[in-house]
Amino acid sequence: MLGQLGEGAKFLAGGQSLIPLLKLRFANPGHLVDLNFIPGFSFIKEDSGALRFGAMTRHAEIERSALAREIPVLHDCAAGIADMQVRNRGTIGGSLAEADPSGDWANALITLHTVVHCLGPSGARTIQLKDFIKDAYTTALAHDELVTEVEVKIPPKDSGGAYLAFKRSAPVYPSASAAVQLTVAGDVCRNASIALGCVGLTAIRATDAEGELCGKILNDKTIATAAEAARAAADPQPDMSGSIEYKRQLVVALVKRAIRIAARRARGEKVEGAHLYA
Amino acid sequence: MPEAAAVEKTAVSIPVKVNVNISVNGKPFSRQVEPRMLLVEFLREACDLTGTHVGCDTTYCGACTVLMNGLAVKSCTMFAVQADGSEITTVEGLEQDGKLHPIQQAFGDSYGLQCGYCTPGLMLSTHQLLSENPKPSEKEIRKAIAGNTCRCTGYMNIFKAIELAARNMKGA
Repeated sequence: MLGQLGEGAKFLAGGQSLIPLLKLRFANPGHLVDLNFIPGFSFIKEDSGALRFGAMTRHAEIERSALAREIPVLHDCAAGIADMQVRNRGTIGGSLAEADPSGDWANALITLHTVVHCLGPSGARTIQLKDFIKDAYTTALAHDELVTEVEVKIPPKDSGGAYLAFKRSAPVYPSASAAVQLTVAGDVCRNASIALGCVGLTAIRATDAEGELCGKILNDKTIATAAEAARAAADPQPDMSGSIEYKRQLVVALVKRAIRIAARRARGEKVEGAHLYA
Repeated sequence: MPEAAAVEKTAVSIPVKVNVNISVNGKPFSRQVEPRMLLVEFLREACDLTGTHVGCDTTYCGACTVLMNGLAVKSCTMFAVQADGSEITTVEGLEQDGKLHPIQQAFGDSYGLQCGYCTPGLMLSTHQLLSENPKPSEKEIRKAIAGNTCRCTGYMNIFKAIELAARNMKGA
């Protein structure tokens, strides 16, 4: 149907990013094709070591899901997106397909093994999340192709993660965010993924910061060194939510805090963590 | 508006108006509306229910919050057609038989409002909170109404109102 409507048509999922963009005249689609009445597009399933989310699964459904809680970075992310009303409507598939540089899901999911299942007139394909997000508001999706499912590999037992975002108030996009997933053996970090959000055109993998933790004992010194490497990896733009220096400093604080929470969770502790706002 | 004028020729026929059936506060409303009409416009202009307010109109302030099938949504960020077949509750639907809903009563009793512009939205967010969590902590209250902006009260009396409503609704 989208093919028939031509280039000016767009899919409408939860609408919590797209409808405001229409009102602000940042997007001008000639037609919208609403995906909300298609059955079987919303589910959370565990299947051979992975969690599978239907593209139209709402943030609030993921927030409430006991399955999603098993991967804390997912619960952190879902529970802190915007506000209750937006979480009741917004979807995981829509968030990834919109690829807003300040969106939450891409940053949280990039620290895990995530693949995006897509469907279009020429058939189905799966794309690694890192290859799916190409640029700000730009994905690997063809114009008439949509996301059907987001599949996340369940991390090993000795792995833990955290997602933290700093927001000036609940409904606004974060000023900066950090996602961390660590695999530990005692005090030693075996594997680390660290990603930064809202401080570049896409979520940024802070590979130097990951390198500062891998094989090292997690202590104040190694965590501070990793956070400094994350500061260097951030590439923020100055705007209403802060200057470049302010946002880099936020990254340092968020990365430190997320590493500490992730490490405690990797050791089996239950730690509350969600987005912060003043 | 050159973009709007340049209507594409397509193989799909797009109706100028569509039939939308929504149950609002238990009453069926059937209207022919443009597909681009927002839910809040449907409620205010097609149903004459002006208790639902428009504040920022950009998904920030929550003044337009209504319940759709029991869940709080921002009615400025949905099209009316998307609510076709659903049950909507607006502030007008809270009162029963001329008696204020306990949430309304508590907002009054606790001075949880001043100008009242944000109040309908706040009461409907409170409705979802208390239906899922009859005894919320202050932290849970803050989280539930984080999407509703009030520029008068400083929120403290709103928290008190929600705590009072929770107490009064126990066993209701």
